[in-house]
Amino acid sequence: MNALFSQFVNLLGALLLLLAFAMISQRRILSLIHLFTLQGITLVVATATVGVLTQQPHLYLSAAITFLLKVLLIPVLLHRVIDRLNVRWDVETLINIPTTMLIGILLVIFAFNLALPIAQLSSSIARGSLGIALACVLLSFLMMITRAKAVPQVIGFLSMENGLFFAATAATYGMPMVVELGIALDVLIGVLILGVFMFQIREQFDSLDIHHLEKLKEN
Amino acid sequence: MSLYGVSSQLLEIIAALLLAPLLSGWVGQWRAWLQNKSAPSLLQPYRLLHKLFHKESVLAEHASPLFRGAPYIAFGCMTLACAIVPTLSTDLPLAPAADAIALVGLFALARVFISLAAMDIGTAFGTLGARREMLIGFLAEPALLMVLFSTSLISQSTSLTTMVQTLSQRDLAIYPGLAFAGVAFTMVSLAENARVPVDNPATHLELTMIHEALILEYSGRHLALLEWAASLKLFAYSCIGLALFFPWGIAAADAPLALLLALPVLVLKLAAGGVALALLETFSAKMRIFRVPEFLATAFLMAVIGLLVHILLGG
Repeated sequence: MNALFSQFVNLLGALLLLLAFAMISQRRILSLIHLFTLQGITLVVATATVGVLTQQPHLYLSAAITFLLKVLLIPVLLHRVIDRLNVRWDVETLINIPTTMLIGILLVIFAFNLALPIAQLSSSIARGSLGIALACVLLSFLMMITRAKAVPQVIGFLSMENGLFFAATAATYGMPMVVELGIALDVLIGVLILGVFMFQIREQFDSLDIHHLEKLKEN
Repeated sequence: MSLYGVSSQLLEIIAALLLAPLLSGWVGQWRAWLQNKSAPSLLQPYRLLHKLFHKESVLAEHASPLFRGAPYIAFGCMTLACAIVPTLSTDLPLAPAADAIALVGLFALARVFISLAAMDIGTAFGTLGARREMLIGFLAEPALLMVLFSTSLISQSTSLTTMVQTLSQRDLAIYPGLAFAGVAFTMVSLAENARVPVDNPATHLELTMIHEALILEYSGRHLALLEWAASLKLFAYSCIGLALFFPWGIAAADAPLALLLALPVLVLKLAAGGVALALLETFSAKMRIFRVPEFLATAFLMAVIGLLVHILLGG
């Protein structure tokens, strides 16, 4: 039974990776938010499963917080932001999507290779999931790099945090409660501040393209 | 080669030939229902075949023997493909003749001949269709091979029967790599069977069509064979998918009685798969032809990641 549960955690990890890839290949912001919500749901299920498996009740609490934040609150906030900014169908990437995906697969190979020796040392339930979590983090990072607009970058940042959170739960059965609460609050505040930033960028430049921020002086 | 093996092989071929048009009809019916249209009868594909077989076959003046032979080759390839995919039983005398790689080759053979025949007449539509078909084919084949490889990593064999046997008789275990392979396989089979995100099976005389453009010049019994071959291809792909990802209910070599149960189980699984296919087709919009390489590259990458995940997590 335990083996099946830990395989289930691995499956959820693979699902996170799949969603990270889907996010990289996605052009529309609205679908991006849906994918992010799905990733949040996967994360909640994964955390709860690890909680059942290791009988650590505080993991239920962190699953509940994740659910509230990443499945309900942040997607709603993001929906409101893109509604107000009117950027539902944004389609710009810096590198074309097939190339991004090829780079993505190289990142996955890199992450898996990096995690393999660590996983062999570890004795926690889902050893392989460390590599998957690392790959998710790198892929979200890649997404932040390759997107020109502010909203997909914010989503990339949030999904990076998802990867980190998964690494923390699967590899070390969750961080201490204080740290988790702190991070959850940080992410929420971060989203709020970034939302304000997005409005400010738009006000200043009439566009969400962050390349305008590279100029230090006004012309 | 036992009597049981021969009989299960025969039963499988007959079931494939008879059920394939039914599956196409079933998918068409669900598509119509989901789009709020009144659906054609479930038996419509049989009626179409019956009608076409009784019609005269008109050939272009300059058609070469290749044009006349291609439908038979395509039909033969698809029948053989259905014969070596373990749909009902894993004890198949024909199966050692072709493993998973040869199966992909069989599909490619049929594709090459249909494309050659489409170009043979020299009409613009045929050439256009043939080129598009080859574009899709050369991208879909590596993805399909990768899917088959990631499942053969689990069973340590590229023989389809061994793969299915290992997958169906293992202890209940979750292979995350298979999830990726499943997604990749769905994408490949949508592209290969001319389904909605890539091609629309219901269009005629449209600039976006692929499969219909290929067979535009055919009529009568030739067209009937090609239509039948197309539904056999859909059947074969569905059966590969079901055999690899939902292998329960397929009779093993040492259990002759399970064969009785295998057929209803197969029909049930195909019915569910058909509904899922119709749902997928209804939810997605047809993409531009230049987006197709991206779609198939995604499928390929999914399959590769499936392999990697399998290696990382171990079997």
